[in-house]
Amino acid sequence: MDEWVVGEGRVISLEARPAQSNFWSIASPLLALAITVVIGALIFAAMGKDPIRGLGVFFWEPIKSTYALSELAVKATPLILIALGLAVCFRSNVWNIGAEGQYLIGALFGGGVALTADANTGGWIVVAILVAGVIGGMLWAGLVALLRDRFNANEILVSLMLVYVATYLLTYMVYGPWKDPQGFNFPQSKTFEKATQIPRLIDGLRMNIGLIIALASAALLWVFLFRTFRGYQLQVGGIAPAAARYAGFSSRGALWTALLISGGAAGLAGALEVAGPIGQLTPYVPAGYGFAAIIVAFVGRLHPVGIVFAAILMSMFYIGGELAQSRLGMPKSLTGVFQGLLLFALLACDTLVAYRLRVRT
Amino acid sequence: MSQTNTPPRLELRGITKRYPAVVANDGVSLVVAPGEIHAVLGENGAGKSTLMKIIYGAVKPDAGEVFFNGEPHLAKNPRESRALGISMVFQHFSLFETLSVAENIWLGLDQSMSLEQVREQIAATASKFGLPLEADRPVHTLSVGERQRVEIMRSLMTHPKLLILDEPTSVLTPQAVEKLFDTLRQLAATGCSILYISHKLDEIRSLCTNCTVLRGGKVTGTVDPRNESNASLSRLMIGAEPPALQHRDATLGDVALSVRDLSLTSEATFGTDLHHVTLDVRGGEIVGIAGVSGNGQQELLAALSGESVRAPRGSVLLFGNDIATKNPQARRAGGLHFIPEERLGRGAVPMHSLAMNGLLTRASDLVKSSFISWVSPSRNAMLARDVISRFNVKAGGSDAAAKSLSGGNLQKYIVGREISVAPKVLIVSQPTWGVDVGAAAQIRGELLKLRDNGCAVLVVSEELDELFELCDRLHVIAKGKLSPSIATREASVELIGEWMSGLWEKVV
Repeated sequence: MDEWVVGEGRVISLEARPAQSNFWSIASPLLALAITVVIGALIFAAMGKDPIRGLGVFFWEPIKSTYALSELAVKATPLILIALGLAVCFRSNVWNIGAEGQYLIGALFGGGVALTADANTGGWIVVAILVAGVIGGMLWAGLVALLRDRFNANEILVSLMLVYVATYLLTYMVYGPWKDPQGFNFPQSKTFEKATQIPRLIDGLRMNIGLIIALASAALLWVFLFRTFRGYQLQVGGIAPAAARYAGFSSRGALWTALLISGGAAGLAGALEVAGPIGQLTPYVPAGYGFAAIIVAFVGRLHPVGIVFAAILMSMFYIGGELAQSRLGMPKSLTGVFQGLLLFALLACDTLVAYRLRVRT
Repeated sequence: MSQTNTPPRLELRGITKRYPAVVANDGVSLVVAPGEIHAVLGENGAGKSTLMKIIYGAVKPDAGEVFFNGEPHLAKNPRESRALGISMVFQHFSLFETLSVAENIWLGLDQSMSLEQVREQIAATASKFGLPLEADRPVHTLSVGERQRVEIMRSLMTHPKLLILDEPTSVLTPQAVEKLFDTLRQLAATGCSILYISHKLDEIRSLCTNCTVLRGGKVTGTVDPRNESNASLSRLMIGAEPPALQHRDATLGDVALSVRDLSLTSEATFGTDLHHVTLDVRGGEIVGIAGVSGNGQQELLAALSGESVRAPRGSVLLFGNDIATKNPQARRAGGLHFIPEERLGRGAVPMHSLAMNGLLTRASDLVKSSFISWVSPSRNAMLARDVISRFNVKAGGSDAAAKSLSGGNLQKYIVGREISVAPKVLIVSQPTWGVDVGAAAQIRGELLKLRDNGCAVLVVSEELDELFELCDRLHVIAKGKLSPSIATREASVELIGEWMSGLWEKVV
């Protein structure tokens, strides 16, 4: 048992709860958010900025108008999709850290299909783009599964290293074969045809049907995890491998299923992004969504509903970071600081799910 | 023991320790005289372990006092306790497999002695207490009994005034138990007090001169066990005598499970290879496999349950069909069910509810198979409720997490889950390990009922009493080899004990 003496012989100790606290499993992310806000305010103050204004940039500006909300949705869509896939992996004890790479290959495949379009292409191409994205992501994650399955390679390292391979592949394509001939030698593909544009939800706003797809995926994932036998098998393999062996659930099957689902989801996110807000392939497609989604998945408790909320929060940090740069003249890396703060605060607060604090004199 | 005016070696007054869910010790008092072998008797969960940890300084009591040699004993940690002369031999050994006996012992001592001195000390102590040990053998070559001797030797090297032994005989053959008792009696004669924790009544009656009985964290009696019977001790321990089992004559059916010349190298580093294991279990009989743990039981069970599918083709047959390379689901479909010894994490997923844990082995009844296999929470709950009521499981309903149940109740749930499918073959490992007496009797009764209904039952256990009570025939496993079987009524504890050391060739 951990104990701290806090003056006048008083002792604070951590005491194991008889059962996990349901209250704290929901309250812990909220407390973590509160701690993040407090520390964030202190950081603003320490840097000589008005903390109220600083926090406003992060927590009010991103939701104050329809336009702001649409931008929030644009950011949240890939985060939700990728994090949902990662939740399947992490619940199955498969540590896919390379969603960023699967996202990029999805973008590359989707982009490749989009580039075949010409002025006469119909709207059906969007479906082909998205399917290509899913296939690309699955392929990239399938590589990880293959290396783990055949050669027992560590999936954390392999998936992470494949992110760099994917980045170079994208760079090669936009500097080489797919470079826009009329692009003044800029490393970028030509702008995709209008027909490839992911349908927008409201005219004039960048928010597109990707948001609907992401929310529907969250519902589908809930059904998969909690109502199908396959989902159950995956999770047993994750939390009690010996029980899965005892029951006869295949750990290889779980590995492949989890990686293909998460790769497909990340690839879909990539295709939605290039054919949506970006509209062409550039070396700037990698925006770190694949890594941020890891935090989203854990902050969201690996639960579909939690992930939607966590993705919205994380998007606020993205937008807040950009606004802090333009409005307050602060470094954009504040986004990363807030993301990290939230994750660490959550890890600390999670102690309260299994333990309670006792003060004794 | 002559009563003089010297203070008792150890005295506990009103020790109370509360944990969030349970009061582990409730006003426990006990007195141990110098040179006394004092038993602490109680079921699993009666509070024995907590009490010992308090004496050893590993746990702080909420109330009460401990006196050692008449002085208040305020050790805050085991190191201070050892310095005072309190030593403890735990149920689970902490030895480095790759180091020698002497090196392992040397590690636990303060570094004032050279390794050479430690060797000499070991030889001296070994001859003094009849505790034979080869100082230079690497630990991984030692049997479990020998490893325990290393642990005891390690304690004796510190010249303890109080030695605590936690269930020391659970890993020993009957012959090794006798040797251990000789050593302990010699040790006590030198004035060292011994606290002997156990739930085995015969052992306590033959070894100990005083006995404190715990039930539900409270002392229910302090008696001289030599003047007591098993029945009277059992009444103090559980408040009742365990019900006697009805054992009818077997009505033998066909061979259900058959193992043919199974040899298998172990995947684990210090695992045991199986050598030419041959075994038949017929419908309507219970066959037992005795043996000290670590002699190949895990490897054999994995090959039978399907958790390992590395057995050579044709070496495991279920009603004549080769299942050696079939997975557990296929074996269950053929009527073979298995109850593993680890309940949490293997037999059940600790964080999942009992309802969801039904899906582990009962998916064929619970999952509606179509293109997508749907899980139905209501069907899961129904099965769990059925098992709970039929097998009298004390649980907070079908939604209770598996880890919230006591060991005995979780075992009842798992046994119930497997028995209620009416299996044709049931393999059980350590059916009542760590289970309270009442639940153990119930589980044994269920196994007998299953046998009477024609099921072929294979029981692997380290508890000889249990095997003798349940089984029609007995095998012994030692160093990965399986003895021939012997009818239980022709076997004796002494014979099985000899076989446990691998000595059946000379008899057969």
